Amino acid sequence: MALLDYFRTDMLPHIWCPGCGNGIVTQAIVRGIDALGWSQDETVIVSGIGCSSRAPGYLDFDTLHTTHGRALAFATGVKLAKPHLNVIVVTGDGDASAIGGNHLIHAARRNINITTICFNNSIYGMTGGQYSPLSPSHSYGSTAPYGNIDRAFDLCELVRASGASYVARGSVYHIAQLTRAIQDALAKPGFAFVEAITPCPVYFGRKNQLRTAVDMMRWQKEQMIPLRRAEKMDPEELTGKVIIGTFADKDLPEYTDSYEALIEKVRREVEESS
Amino acid sequence: MNLNKTGTHLFQGNEAVVEAAILSGCRFFAGYPITPSTEIAELMAVELPKVGGRFIQMEDEIGSMGAVIGASLTGTKAMTATSGPGFSLKQENIGYASFTETPVVVVNVQRVGPSTGMPTAPSQGDVMQARWGTHGDHPVVAIAPGSVAEAYTATIRAFSISEFLRVPVILLLDEVIGHMREGVSVEDVQAVEHLERKRPKGSKSDFRPYRDDGSGVPPMANFGDGYRFHVTGLFHDERGYPDLSPEWARTLMKRLMGKLDAHRDVHEWVEETETDDAEILIVSYGSPAQAATSALRQARAEGLRVGQFRVVTVWPFPEDALAKYKGQVRAVLVPEMNLGQLRLEVERVMGDAAPVLGLHRADGELFKPAEILEKIREVD
Ligand SMILES: Cc1ncc(C[n+]2csc(CCOP(=O)(O)OP(=O)(O)O)c2C)c(N)n1
Ligand code: SF4
Repeated sequence: MALLDYFRTDMLPHIWCPGCGNGIVTQAIVRGIDALGWSQDETVIVSGIGCSSRAPGYLDFDTLHTTHGRALAFATGVKLAKPHLNVIVVTGDGDASAIGGNHLIHAARRNINITTICFNNSIYGMTGGQYSPLSPSHSYGSTAPYGNIDRAFDLCELVRASGASYVARGSVYHIAQLTRAIQDALAKPGFAFVEAITPCPVYFGRKNQLRTAVDMMRWQKEQMIPLRRAEKMDPEELTGKVIIGTFADKDLPEYTDSYEALIEKVRREVEESS
Repeated sequence: MNLNKTGTHLFQGNEAVVEAAILSGCRFFAGYPITPSTEIAELMAVELPKVGGRFIQMEDEIGSMGAVIGASLTGTKAMTATSGPGFSLKQENIGYASFTETPVVVVNVQRVGPSTGMPTAPSQGDVMQARWGTHGDHPVVAIAPGSVAEAYTATIRAFSISEFLRVPVILLLDEVIGHMREGVSVEDVQAVEHLERKRPKGSKSDFRPYRDDGSGVPPMANFGDGYRFHVTGLFHDERGYPDLSPEWARTLMKRLMGKLDAHRDVHEWVEETETDDAEILIVSYGSPAQAATSALRQARAEGLRVGQFRVVTVWPFPEDALAKYKGQVRAVLVPEMNLGQLRLEVERVMGDAAPVLGLHRADGELFKPAEILEKIREVD
């Protein structure tokens, strides 16, 4: 299908700034859906609040723009109530890791078949450039005017340790790898998580001497090290670098399957005892 | 309960809620344990899989509220249950359900607050929170049954109202109703009407999820049925797309707030006893109504003209029904297990027509009929 057929053209133009990477990640999601041939009628896309969480509104599916941080909780309700539906969550780095961190951990722990794409622009875009749990140490934000003293989360590590079937990180600069990772995540039964590093030139860039979209892309290119290469490097060389690649790809019991089996078991027992 | 056999069955209040929910077609429950509502989650975990429904214990009450909204959007009747602290956590997403017009039933078995308060003691301290707990003007319905039997029928009505009017319904139990055992009669249960969600007709491509069909309540499609619609907590146009213009905000809010006024017959619920010749009116709701009824009987035996106006649906407050007593009654008594919440509504409605006297306690103790009787004698 033509990519435009997956968009609600009557919702355009979008709200994103020039140079923003959100459109690139959104396109990668649509390419993944298209490659898998998923039906628009049986795919639900859920998001939280933030610039990135506006993406589902532009897409022609059943779409649910929820409250800040809670997309995975709503999505869990959709998926558990109707397990045959494909459910995708779109979330920002603040949405997923700060206010929504607990839901992320528990969705991964349950290994519920939801694909989560975290648009990581290392900042709170929608509210004007405050630091997020994924802002690098020493970076600047409107609430980190003297430099961020927090340590950044390795969100992929968190989700992997929480029990997800699939975990990967990519960036919009390395778009082919990111698109493939998203497609693999969508195809994976179980909780699948992709951290998509994306530029916010307007807030992150401006606060951190990366004023233009091109500066930001160059920064991505210089920071990112593919996992295969990183494995051969010593830890010192890797300080300040960001590793992209697939960190988990496992076949594990999936939550809604387990619930389906529970229903069958209970019903059998009720039948036998009556 | 076997609805084919007549008679009365013994239930705990929380149990009655679960049975009635399943009877109403509830097939999804998400919750987080908290006294004194926990039995509802426990029983749902037992019962739902038997009927092919789904139960999930979420990581907190915020998540539970989100999950029931998600389930409801797929066309599945959904409920959650909690108490005080958990009710506070649910508020943001209750507002989301109200604004996006997603049917959900939220049970709050009230315990004494504020804060952790007294986890096992009864209270009616969340009455105002049920109305105004989430930010912004919004429609909401709250029902406060006065007995276990009524908790059963109120649960059925809660689903009917929620589904039919696309509004969150808060079932305000209190610890007494939640844990007390009483008989529920099959006939009473059979008498309650079940109302359903209105479904869209016509072509899917022309479907507008928030287009008024004249009733104030737009027909609702399910996620997964090919309507491909957008749901957002932003101000939204008929298509569900964001529209933050002041003109549209006025139009949307008018319909949203107006739909409950237009369908009072669906949600209004008042029980009046001995009010015809009453000079003193007790306005009660929830479990204190039982003590009030005993006090009323004794007062009548003493020849005092006392009546009871028992509010079952507390929000929207039945203001017209109560206003009828302006000019008739000399005084109004409001016994509540809080320091004066619904009394404010009663005062608003009665104005200067009669003094409104509160009997309030927020100490975890129940009202005794004698206390109410004494107050009646005082004002007589
Ligand atoms: C409960 C709540 N707290 C705060 C906000 C304000 N808020 C809106 S978006 C946002 C941060 C968004 O950052 P992120 O998730 O990284 O997404 P981005 O905008 O960068 O894509 C915040 C704090 C809110 N909407 N709701
Ligand atoms: S503020 Fe940043 S993330 Fe938000 S739209 Fe603009 S560039 Fe994109």
